[in-house]
Amino acid sequence: MSSNGCKGIWVFAEQRGGELHGVSLELLGKANELAQGIGCAVTAVLLGHNITSHAKTLVNHGADIVLVADDPLLKHYRVLPYSYVIEYLIKEYQPEVLLMGATAMGVELAPRVAAKLKTGLSAHCIDLKLDREGKLLQVVPGWEGGVIATIACPAHRPQMATVMPGIMRALSPTEKTGQIIEVKVSLTDKNLGPEVLEVKTEKPAGRPLEQAEIVVAGGWGVGNEEGWKTIEQLADVLGGSVGATRPAVDEGWVEEGQMIGQSGKTVRPTLYIAVGISGVMHHVVGMDQSKEIISINTDANADIFEVSDVIVVEDFKKVVPKLIKEIEARQKVCK
Amino acid sequence: MKRIIVCVKPVPDPKHWHKVSMDPVTMTLKRAGIPSIINPLDKHALEAALSVRDIRGGEVVLLSMAPPFATSNLKEGLAMGADRAVLLSDPAFAGSDTLATSLILAAGCQWIGDFDLVFLGNFSIDGSTAQVCSQLAEFLHLPNVMHVIDMKWQENDKIIIIQKIEQGYVKLEATLPVVLSVRKELNKPRYVPFTGILAAESKEIKVLSNEDLGVDSSSIGLEGSPTKMAGLELRRFERAKERLAGSIEEIVAKLADKIYQCNIS
Repeated sequence: MSSNGCKGIWVFAEQRGGELHGVSLELLGKANELAQGIGCAVTAVLLGHNITSHAKTLVNHGADIVLVADDPLLKHYRVLPYSYVIEYLIKEYQPEVLLMGATAMGVELAPRVAAKLKTGLSAHCIDLKLDREGKLLQVVPGWEGGVIATIACPAHRPQMATVMPGIMRALSPTEKTGQIIEVKVSLTDKNLGPEVLEVKTEKPAGRPLEQAEIVVAGGWGVGNEEGWKTIEQLADVLGGSVGATRPAVDEGWVEEGQMIGQSGKTVRPTLYIAVGISGVMHHVVGMDQSKEIISINTDANADIFEVSDVIVVEDFKKVVPKLIKEIEARQKVCK
Repeated sequence: MKRIIVCVKPVPDPKHWHKVSMDPVTMTLKRAGIPSIINPLDKHALEAALSVRDIRGGEVVLLSMAPPFATSNLKEGLAMGADRAVLLSDPAFAGSDTLATSLILAAGCQWIGDFDLVFLGNFSIDGSTAQVCSQLAEFLHLPNVMHVIDMKWQENDKIIIIQKIEQGYVKLEATLPVVLSVRKELNKPRYVPFTGILAAESKEIKVLSNEDLGVDSSSIGLEGSPTKMAGLELRRFERAKERLAGSIEEIVAKLADKIYQCNIS
């Protein structure tokens, strides 16, 4: 088999417990956009056990080729065997670019792979571009988002980056044909590291925050649990998800999983409504890519207004309950 | 337990970040006059090491790659209870990316030698790459676990580790030696006791240069790092900033219009 087709842009197809992570499909979307510019193939790399059925999903989301490593020893993700397999495949096929999600798995796995190959890796990218020479320009936030750096890896291959979930857009799946290649990797003689005793995951109710079209987010200014209920009601009536800043999480009004910002999630909804949020940089970096940003804050000088399309200088307690009623009224008219 | 190494990174104090400016020619950040603190998560890493020492004995050694000013940060770690510190400091290290840094830290670990555990904070607040744990472990040929939020010792010297993942956790069983990076949920760093401050004065901070470590000079520093800075900008935002005026009722009506204009199905 010719390996030439595999030389292009690779996406690590992350799965845990047999479930594909959404970021893998988002990365395939971005990889397709990058590949068009330089005319190369997009390859998804899928590791696990009894996961071959995902290969078709990856093809339909834009993978020209899927490399599948199916082995009982790969059933649970572990950094050592996964990094051995990826290192082996990269040495075999020599891709130009390897993208992974900046997930719990990706941020552990990608640096280990990069170290094995002695190549560069940029972390938590918020944008990626390819220049004319095929150099991957990796846009990363630093200093809790106060600085935006563009990183390149001119002399080493593959060029590696982890990308925040929720930022890139997956392609709409269409029936496509792609090449699915099963690869055999021997792991029996290797140190596989710590044993996985248990994997516990709970599915969050509703749509993941990163995929929400509307996010209603609250901060310190929401004041108390009662105020927080108003935030949830607004999200509810709009069919959106609830987001939060660090202080709101620290107050216990909301789960940490809903936190948006540098140390939380990155969202890029069509509409972001910020309520009682001051707008410190490490929150803003997680939401400033939103299409439309509406902010409500009593402080006319709040930093959040600097990144807002629509500004309301008012107490949210006066505005939001009436807004909920107004939206409900309009929804009735529409029906 | 023989020895526990804790990697510590001095970072610019976030309270002073607004003073950061950029040199447009060199594309580097000017952080002169900004005091440094121990990266907050590294204190959780140190606490983890001290709690292991409390129950299993051994020596806790701080390891840092930083300019000479970092001795003041290391003193704080010694005051918290670490036994001694090793500072890797050489102009040749300046500008190292995570790969080069991990190579240097691995050489530091090997120089210290005879360790069972290496602890790090999961990420640093300035670079936030979270890459050093895995890369250091790779260069030490040891397994590693990130996102550690709990650990319990088994009778056979194995550790049960709880690793936080999205919407859940993974329970792992690790043998020594292993490299672990910790999240803040793991513990609460102890306060520095007054006696600790006094005791720190007599604890050793060994400063090593690359002459002592002998890392291949073509693999470190700005030149030896595979990643290069291609651009750097202080973040600016441009938005319409349209302020809605009028009575509450008028504002609510305009807000509802704006929301509907977003065309969300």
